[in-house]
Amino acid sequence: MVAAVEGARKATRTVPAMAKDAVIFAAVSLALAIPLVGFYITDQGSTNTLHTRFGPMFYGVGVLFLGKLALSFAESSEAIARRIALIGSALAVLWFVIAVTGVVQDDNQVLGWFTWIVVVAVAVRGWVESRRSGAAARAIATAEGTSLGAAVARLGRFLGPLFIGIALVAPFYAAAIDDKRLVDLGVLIFTYIMLGWGLNVVVGLAGLLDLGYVAFYAVGAYTYAVFSVKLGLNFWETLPVAGALAASFGILLGFPVLRLRGDYLAIVTLGFGEIIRIILLNWAELAGGAQGIGGIERPSFFGMPFTASPPEGTTSFNEFFNIEFSPMHRQIYLYYIILLLALLTNWFTLRIRKLPIGRAWEALREDEIACRALGINPTNTKLTAFAIGAMFGGFAGSFFATRQGFISPESFNFLESAIILAIVVLGGMGSQIGVVIATIVLIGGPEWFRDLAAYRMLAFGGLMVLIMIWRPEGLLAHREPTIRMHSQKRSA
Amino acid sequence: MADPPPAAGASSPTLLTVEHLTMRFGGLVAIDDVSFEARNQHITAIIGPNGAGKTTVFNCLTGFYKPTVGRLTLRPPAGGEFLLEQMEGFRIGQHARVARTFQNIRLFPKMSVLENLVVAQHNKLMRASGFTVTGLVGARGYRDAERRAVELARYWLDRIGLTDRADDNAGNLPYGAQRRLEIIRAMCTEPRLLCLDEPAAGLNPRESAELNELLLFIRDEQKIGVLLIEHDMSVVMKISDHVVVLDYGRKISDGTPAEVRNDPAVIRAYLGEAETDELPPEVAADLAEEGRI
Repeated sequence: MVAAVEGARKATRTVPAMAKDAVIFAAVSLALAIPLVGFYITDQGSTNTLHTRFGPMFYGVGVLFLGKLALSFAESSEAIARRIALIGSALAVLWFVIAVTGVVQDDNQVLGWFTWIVVVAVAVRGWVESRRSGAAARAIATAEGTSLGAAVARLGRFLGPLFIGIALVAPFYAAAIDDKRLVDLGVLIFTYIMLGWGLNVVVGLAGLLDLGYVAFYAVGAYTYAVFSVKLGLNFWETLPVAGALAASFGILLGFPVLRLRGDYLAIVTLGFGEIIRIILLNWAELAGGAQGIGGIERPSFFGMPFTASPPEGTTSFNEFFNIEFSPMHRQIYLYYIILLLALLTNWFTLRIRKLPIGRAWEALREDEIACRALGINPTNTKLTAFAIGAMFGGFAGSFFATRQGFISPESFNFLESAIILAIVVLGGMGSQIGVVIATIVLIGGPEWFRDLAAYRMLAFGGLMVLIMIWRPEGLLAHREPTIRMHSQKRSA
Repeated sequence: MADPPPAAGASSPTLLTVEHLTMRFGGLVAIDDVSFEARNQHITAIIGPNGAGKTTVFNCLTGFYKPTVGRLTLRPPAGGEFLLEQMEGFRIGQHARVARTFQNIRLFPKMSVLENLVVAQHNKLMRASGFTVTGLVGARGYRDAERRAVELARYWLDRIGLTDRADDNAGNLPYGAQRRLEIIRAMCTEPRLLCLDEPAAGLNPRESAELNELLLFIRDEQKIGVLLIEHDMSVVMKISDHVVVLDYGRKISDGTPAEVRNDPAVIRAYLGEAETDELPPEVAADLAEEGRI
């Protein structure tokens, strides 16, 4: 996939070259799709049967072919080519719709796979694009991105507190209309915002493409799970340990990849994410293997559990405040915990950006060789980025464990990493508010439109493709200097 | 521009000693047993035809390459000694304080001009921020250090006339300004030896003259040593105190600009038998004046 994306980078002008690009793209997708989609096994009693589903597979590849062709045309400087691109994308969408509604009926899973292939390709491509300097066609897009980003940055002073204000009162609104789903959605969104902000340190600031971020999320989750189940420690006691352990895993990952950059780094970090997951899957004694760990202690409010019938000797939250028991209470409490953790992450990141280490991360992203010439230790700088990014992943993981009460390796697969990376890249790398907006779009959107069933993934994938075409540097690619010599008189 | 005042004189101490420097890449000998000295408060130019090994010397000096053979000693005037060939890349910048610029400009393009200059003061600021711990809680010591860092940046920006653009992205500056910015970024590390890799490349005559002025200022007012790779003979001949000529990785001449200009070996290297077109116009003009062509 990465290779295909690399191939696509050489944006060519002639039609045959574009067609060749699209063929290569489709061929790589096909190669991936044959084992992933083309074959599947059903388990009937003791016999496993191998089935094929080449029809849907070819439909998917066809969609990718047309989409890629459209993408190449869209990049062209000529109006006619862009018009062809429009027609091409329309065809691709049409084909997809046919595939969803008519020919392929109950194969949402197939569509899901293809959507994910597109999502990952787009995310990696977006990252590569944004690292690429020059290219006149891009300059226009960048200038547009900058002006929007600058406008949002100027509004940031008002937007930030406004967002926080809304986030603070949202649960009361949800409680008033008794919508548990809304609070759940809020918790989910803030979990991903926190993960996005954490990964932003590694990818956005230090420029290290990390496809295995979910590993640190898993380390944090399992740390709390094990400490809670085996040692009986509570969430707040375990939180620093989980952060520290995840940070050490960040350093552990950091060491072997110090010399790697770009795509190579992405592949190794991807492998690291899988290694952690597979270790958890096979470590039955400690991590419970595929069964995972259940019965993890749910959070309590200063020792007061959120249960209808508290155990002997404890007072439950509702008894203490003398209110009627409601499962909403725990949800709302969880919501405030993750809100607090996410805001802490944000505060820390904003702060550290203005410190020498934060500037060194960004300098490292811009030019590692120049950094070395200036006497900056690239090893330490990279490792701190990995460690701090991982630490926030660990915090979020602990929260995930206490929220779910049950965790298994299944929750920490590659797709999670891909979503988090997509949030960072689509939001505009390094932009804190971009992460918030991208999370609301990427996580909130599909949850909100769950009623659309199969189509929501289609809409979601399409949206990502559109964002990458019009805003290759992310929604908000504006960067404010961390220190100014003059007051902002001229930007007004 | 009037003739520059001469350097502090031959009495200034030796800053850098290069002894028997050899660099092999597999079977290719990029530098072959080169020895020379560079004095403090002197501008030492390294010249030579393309592929002579000039940049390789710089890469050895600044730790990007480990020399195959040879000793590179930096002796700061204040005392002490650094064996550069034994130091890890970034430590040469951090401890020996040898700063460099690059042939193809290496700024941090998406960071502001001021940020570029503040990043150059990283190690100083890291200490002041208590390696991030006290900086995170906003300790006073760090804020003071940061203010001083900005003052230093402003001093150099005033010097090259870029103060107005301090908050613009470095990548948006015109080419000539980027070259000057890269030099003052190196100066913000407060180096003992400044290594400049073709600083005049791509500059117009006016920018070139400004560069000469800046380099003389650095030599005379900052009292440090400058090592210079340059093709532009108007720069080399006007401001260098000492010229080292390399050809095919070997040193073929070493002396004052006047001595080097008249050295038959140098003329042969530049003229060659079939490489007449490689002769820089300035050298050609000088040679024509003296009736050698």
